[in-house]
Amino acid sequence: MTVTALPTTREEDWRYSDAEFLKQADPVVIHNWRTVTVLAGETVREVQNYLPVDHPDGVMERVRVHVGAGGRFESFATLAGNHYGRVEVEVTLEDGAHFEFGGVTLGGGDSVQEFVTRTKHAHPNATSNQVIRAVQWGKSVGNFLGRIEVARDAQKTDAGQNFRAILLEKGATANTKPELEIFADDVLCAHGAAIGQLDEQARYYMAARGIPPHIARKLLIQAFIGDAFAELDDAEQREAMLDHALAALDAGAM
Amino acid sequence: MLKIENLHATVGDTEILKGLTLEVDAGEVHAIMGPNGAGKSTLSYVLGGRPGYEVTSGSVSFDGKDLLDMDPHERAAEGLFLGFQYPVEIPGVSNVQFLREALNAQRAARGEEPLSGGDFLKLAREKAGLLKLDMEMLKRQVNVGFSGGEKKRSEMVQMGILGPKFAVLDETDSGLDIDALRIVGDGINQIMRADNKGVLLITHYQRLLDYVKPDKVHVLADGRIVKTGGPDLALRLESEGYDGIMAEAA
Repeated sequence: MTVTALPTTREEDWRYSDAEFLKQADPVVIHNWRTVTVLAGETVREVQNYLPVDHPDGVMERVRVHVGAGGRFESFATLAGNHYGRVEVEVTLEDGAHFEFGGVTLGGGDSVQEFVTRTKHAHPNATSNQVIRAVQWGKSVGNFLGRIEVARDAQKTDAGQNFRAILLEKGATANTKPELEIFADDVLCAHGAAIGQLDEQARYYMAARGIPPHIARKLLIQAFIGDAFAELDDAEQREAMLDHALAALDAGAM
Repeated sequence: MLKIENLHATVGDTEILKGLTLEVDAGEVHAIMGPNGAGKSTLSYVLGGRPGYEVTSGSVSFDGKDLLDMDPHERAAEGLFLGFQYPVEIPGVSNVQFLREALNAQRAARGEEPLSGGDFLKLAREKAGLLKLDMEMLKRQVNVGFSGGEKKRSEMVQMGILGPKFAVLDETDSGLDIDALRIVGDGINQIMRADNKGVLLITHYQRLLDYVKPDKVHVLADGRIVKTGGPDLALRLESEGYDGIMAEAA
């Protein structure tokens, strides 16, 4: 494959992507990887709100991260929009390093939003935690493809991955594909995935206390996506992310 | 205040309420007792407008307004409070946030100004104190990790904060130990015993009625009220059981 070839949905890592977008995409943009190096013992945190107002044509963000021994890379992202959006993070962890990921997709219309992560536990004692929440309506699609690779000598790895989606309307879709490739024998790898609707009982309970349906839905969605930002230990940043996400939800004509 | 006339209601294809008639005046507490499956909880859900409970005929008026014509949140704003037999857990939403949204939504519907954060906390602290519920519990997520008794006391704190005109309490006494029963009973009296308020207590046991003295006791069986009496009716039910009383009513 030449570097200018465009990926297609026949490839595993792109199987739920927007096929039309891929046909017309700019190869330079698609094959552009940003690199981040986290030095041993250091912490790098990235907080990104990919909102339609800033990204009218969609999002293509691919980042390759190397985390030195005992270092920590944190990435929190909201992906909302009308077009195709993809945030892909490939992380290699050295001894005792940590990767924290919190992602939220919000989409309506016929948008496709996806997070793709590849977490490489290359050395012992590294930990990772990923929490992804998808809220979809219209005919939109929210995806999470998460691969965890644990190398043969990466003993005492502790990796966690949790994906949950709420479909607000019939016609919306969520896809998830956890892949755990484990070659070490003394590791903890947990993953969970669930796709559902807003809790009817909770909605009725709220109504019975006087909360109108649109506020009840907002509170429940706020609580739902809040999970993804729970490990962001800066209250101001956390609140701002929630506000952005809820504004994107409101703007989505829901 | 609350007037139910010839109410018929179905759940799925099954008719549960079969012509229930009942009137509670302002300043009164009525108790509804009845065997399992009589339709007690269905009555509370129909009054609360729960989806899936369909009224096929009859009417319910609340302070002269057609209750059945209102959405559930509108009924609450009109001053109807439904105490749940099984209070619902809402992960990720704190009691404080939940109740402040609820109170201010109700106030907005009535054309009143929202309560400020400080005033709300003051009110919440006062009502939590009434029910001897630690204020810290109100900062936790709605009913998540609460024991059965804590959930029921928390419901009464909600009632205190929202200040309804009328409360339908569905087995608020179930799952309470003896001390909690007294606390909840006292709470109901303090919050709801007033000339302009009314209460419909749905219960299986006479015990709660020792604390919250009913003006009338109704026996609900097979979807209708089959007998109405004073507080002594509850005592007789306790000693004689439903079979005897119902045979007498038939």
